Amino acid sequence: MKLVVATCAAVLALALNTVSPLQAKEWKTVRVGLEGDYPPFSSVGPDGKIVGWEVDYMNLLCEHMKVKCTPVQQDFDGMIPALQAPKFDAIMASMSITDVRKKQIAFSVSYYNTPTRFVAKKGANIEISPAGLKGKKIGVQRSTIQDNYLTDNYASVAEIVRYGSQDDMFLDLVAGRLDLGLGDSLQISDGFIKTDRGKDFEMIGPNLTDSKWFGDGVGVGLRKQDDDLKKMFDTAIAETLKDGSYQALEKKYFDIDIYGG
Amino acid sequence: MDGGTLQASILQFFDYQVIIDNWQLYLSGVFVTLQLTALSLILGFVLAVPMSIMLTSRKPWVWMPVWLYVYCFRGTPLLIQLFLLYYGAGQFAFIREGFLWPFLREAWFCAIIAMGLNTAAYQAEIFRGAIATTPRGEIEAARAFGMSPFRLYSRIILPSSFRRALPAYVNEVIFSLQSTSLASLVTLIDITGAARIVNSRYYTPYEAFLSAAVLYLVITFVIIWLAGGLERRWNVHLARPTS
Repeated sequence: MKLVVATCAAVLALALNTVSPLQAKEWKTVRVGLEGDYPPFSSVGPDGKIVGWEVDYMNLLCEHMKVKCTPVQQDFDGMIPALQAPKFDAIMASMSITDVRKKQIAFSVSYYNTPTRFVAKKGANIEISPAGLKGKKIGVQRSTIQDNYLTDNYASVAEIVRYGSQDDMFLDLVAGRLDLGLGDSLQISDGFIKTDRGKDFEMIGPNLTDSKWFGDGVGVGLRKQDDDLKKMFDTAIAETLKDGSYQALEKKYFDIDIYGG
Repeated sequence: MDGGTLQASILQFFDYQVIIDNWQLYLSGVFVTLQLTALSLILGFVLAVPMSIMLTSRKPWVWMPVWLYVYCFRGTPLLIQLFLLYYGAGQFAFIREGFLWPFLREAWFCAIIAMGLNTAAYQAEIFRGAIATTPRGEIEAARAFGMSPFRLYSRIILPSSFRRALPAYVNEVIFSLQSTSLASLVTLIDITGAARIVNSRYYTPYEAFLSAAVLYLVITFVIIWLAGGLERRWNVHLARPTS
């Protein structure tokens, strides 16, 4: 019996102590968690491979770091647990740098920063204020900074409907189940409004950038103890900005500057 | 590490504060879960009783349509049925402009319809089995009294079948309770939905989902307890004699 207890204790201790076995190794390959449901940053192509700006930028960074990178697909709300698991070593999923997330994981310097905006049917004429949003159904992707912003500001007046992916929210916007959606302006523009199904929709209200909710841009999510990997990403991001390869890749996807300073 | 410190460290891992801060979210989740379970079971029951009688018919044009219904709803996952109704229906303009849209627009309504239609198929099979095994003597005695077919069903066959179907039916009630967790996939905030919100906001999957599991366990316990009382009352004639 004692042996059983001791074994259980040892197994538990191992299971609970998920950190540390990866410390102090030289990085030859880096597994990167990507979402695959957030065009044009990442989406799953017809052949099942993840494609998009974020994948191309990952490859660019890995070239600079001289490591081999393997993409791993993961739903957004499971990203941080999967990084800790560790199912992969870095998150590149348009994840904004926020204080709450910083308690769990470390971030590289920001690699892009675009404002958040509301989206609604053309001519819906909705005013973005507690009075204007009263009783409205607002869609948002679960566990994003936009979700936190809505919950903190409009939970008492509006009905917040949360989705597993941005794409599910767009489906319900088109179906008319939602009055508004909230999301990253660039993702709404390129992933929805510029596509056929989103042609009757437009972005409304101001650019939302308050760093209390929207953080300091998007960074690579990393385990806290992987300091060496963070330094590698920081350096690589700075290099791509300096040698023009960031701007060249950006032009292939967007007609605006997404770095945002 | 000795037993005491290990236990202490595990308790330390459980962040009670997150659950305490969100008890209202979980409570409203319990309400949604109970509502979904009860309404889908009622809808299922109303559909299942006539279907089960039709299933015992000898005429193919009576039992075959019901058999096909049961086959389709038992042969496909509930999640697929729910997605078909929720996302599938929203795809077509004629449905979005139709008179049913004010209902289909609501995730809540879609969930109850999908779960009700699904459990109807299972309940119909449970009742069919119970009707088919009604003792011949009961039916012959009723016929000897000159009961009409309607009276035969309402007075003898159905009450007798429901009693014998009770244990299997309780199983179906519990299955229905667990399957309401799928509702969180179409934006409803039931117990599972509440857990997913807590998990995603505080990154505490262990606390969030363990609390949800405990709530389901408690509800299941209440169902089993209620069913036990009902069984003792209804099936007293079927109980094994105790010496």
